[in-house]
Amino acid sequence: MKYESQRVAMPYFIFALVLFAGQIVFGLVMGLQYVVGDFLFPEIPFNVARMVHTNLLIVWLLFGFMGATYYLVPEEAQTELYSPLLAWILFWVFAVAGTLTILGYLFVDYATLADVTMNKLLPTMGREFLEQPTITKIGIALVVVGFLFNIMMTALRGRKTVVNIVLVTGLIGLAVLWLFSFYNPSNLTTDKYFWWFVVHLWVEGVWELIMGAILAYVLIKITGVDREVIEKWLYVIIAMALITGIIGTGHHFFWIGPPEYWLWLGSVFSALEPLPFFMMVLFAFTMINRRKRNHPNKVAALWAMGTAVMAFLGAGVWGFLHTLAPVNYYTHGSQITAAHGHMAFYGAYVMIVLTIISYAMPIMRGRPYGNSNTAQIVEMWGFWLMTISMVFITLFLTGAGILQIWLQRIPESGEALSFMATQDNIALFYWMRLVSGCFFMAGLVVYFGSFLIKGQASPADEARGPAMQDA
Amino acid sequence: MAERFTKSMARNIYLGGSTFFVLLFLVLTFDTQSRAMPERDNRDQLTEQVVRGKHVWENNNCVGCHSLMGEGAYFAPELANVFDRRGGANSEVFKAYMNAWMNAMPTNVPGRRQMPQFNLTDQEIEDLASFLEWTSKIDDNGWPPNIEG
Repeated sequence: MKYESQRVAMPYFIFALVLFAGQIVFGLVMGLQYVVGDFLFPEIPFNVARMVHTNLLIVWLLFGFMGATYYLVPEEAQTELYSPLLAWILFWVFAVAGTLTILGYLFVDYATLADVTMNKLLPTMGREFLEQPTITKIGIALVVVGFLFNIMMTALRGRKTVVNIVLVTGLIGLAVLWLFSFYNPSNLTTDKYFWWFVVHLWVEGVWELIMGAILAYVLIKITGVDREVIEKWLYVIIAMALITGIIGTGHHFFWIGPPEYWLWLGSVFSALEPLPFFMMVLFAFTMINRRKRNHPNKVAALWAMGTAVMAFLGAGVWGFLHTLAPVNYYTHGSQITAAHGHMAFYGAYVMIVLTIISYAMPIMRGRPYGNSNTAQIVEMWGFWLMTISMVFITLFLTGAGILQIWLQRIPESGEALSFMATQDNIALFYWMRLVSGCFFMAGLVVYFGSFLIKGQASPADEARGPAMQDA
Repeated sequence: MAERFTKSMARNIYLGGSTFFVLLFLVLTFDTQSRAMPERDNRDQLTEQVVRGKHVWENNNCVGCHSLMGEGAYFAPELANVFDRRGGANSEVFKAYMNAWMNAMPTNVPGRRQMPQFNLTDQEIEDLASFLEWTSKIDDNGWPPNIEG
């Protein structure tokens, strides 16, 4: 750690991981409700558990992105953070507001929550992933503005690297697109159209810039490859992400009202959306193969390769599987969508946050060369348990989805099974998904356990390459 | 990557490509919203009651279990075509069905998925029914494939 103020990333990472654990607990609750329908009813109905599960994910990823930014921007800019105090204040504001919102979901009836937070003044609630009370949405906007101010003041007064420029661009895009969460027209088709400006243009747009920048930073650090080379790759990757992903939004416009030309535009451009993720795989593996140093933090390299591969599989391959309009006609809103959503979010965004945590946390804990060998091996167990479990969750949901389509969607009206009859028929797949989810939880516990192991790697663990340099 | 492909070339592809596609997206959005949608979403039938119904839909987080035009959760049935499926495409039949259904929840059948009792007024149920009826008439390129949604 070159600058003392980078340490402010620590509370962000810790809180992100706490929320991650909460997200998985509610994932398991829902997994059980899928097969034992009245589990925890009426205390925690499915819609509440789902809201907690997805909102915790969004919030902890934002904490993770913010932590990553506070850690890497000062080091890239070669200057202290503009205001560590502001970063701390915003941490507590966001943590308290986020926690209160989740508690509100759990302990207050949603209609009452809408009422007491005066949703009717500016109705924004009750839309998927944007369930937060309007006051929370305003709070998120203010926290992000304060955060961006702090980061831009830091970035602008120091060295302007491509990593910083791309990261800040992505974060500005995140903030600007969030404004669409306040736009909730009474026409459902318009509402849905602009809802995707937040959801799609985040995860298949500006978040890819954030992911690319974090990955590039970690690869510079652990491989020692020349910055020029890495920055060139980063530009190509984000160029592909935006060239395919922006018009690729059209794959969400097939069946919600917009005209037929979106069937073509959405299919063609989103079929190309795997390209940036494929390039990330090539990027990570090529840089690590050409490494100029053998960084003793081996598990950070594993996460970096893992996030590229799993993002390609989850976002790229599983996205492509159902993105062509004639296929999507049958798969839209089925368990295929759920399968894709799980692996894509895990591969691209959960794993990139865990990558930077794996690299940065040991340094902030006074272990500049990484955790001890034992701790790294335990963390690798966590990596493999969680990742393989997620592969199985995805495969079982895909199986459920294929059967669902076969029973419920393909036959003619009158012959097709009803939604609920179909669900009964595919329950076995939901049970297997639940078992996989339990293994995921076990992997998370192992991962947390790796933080408790003392000791650190030493410089002697590094077999120096031909041109060891500190990029 | 080959040496002749420089970082500044990569940057220019990023800047030029993203600018072009942002602008194209804005043009397409303008065309979709101003020219195409008015003919496809029956906005002349978007009454006060439909708007109230949308708020009932939102304030009770219906999308947390159901999907609407395929978007939402996949725990409970698709509702963009429930007007056709359960109401036989008849407003009066559908309103009566909705009233009976909403008041019968939860079923409390052991082990079955449960829909909460939302304690909606008769007016709110009628508003919600109007919203779902209007939604069912949006031109959505013929989705879903059959009546089961």
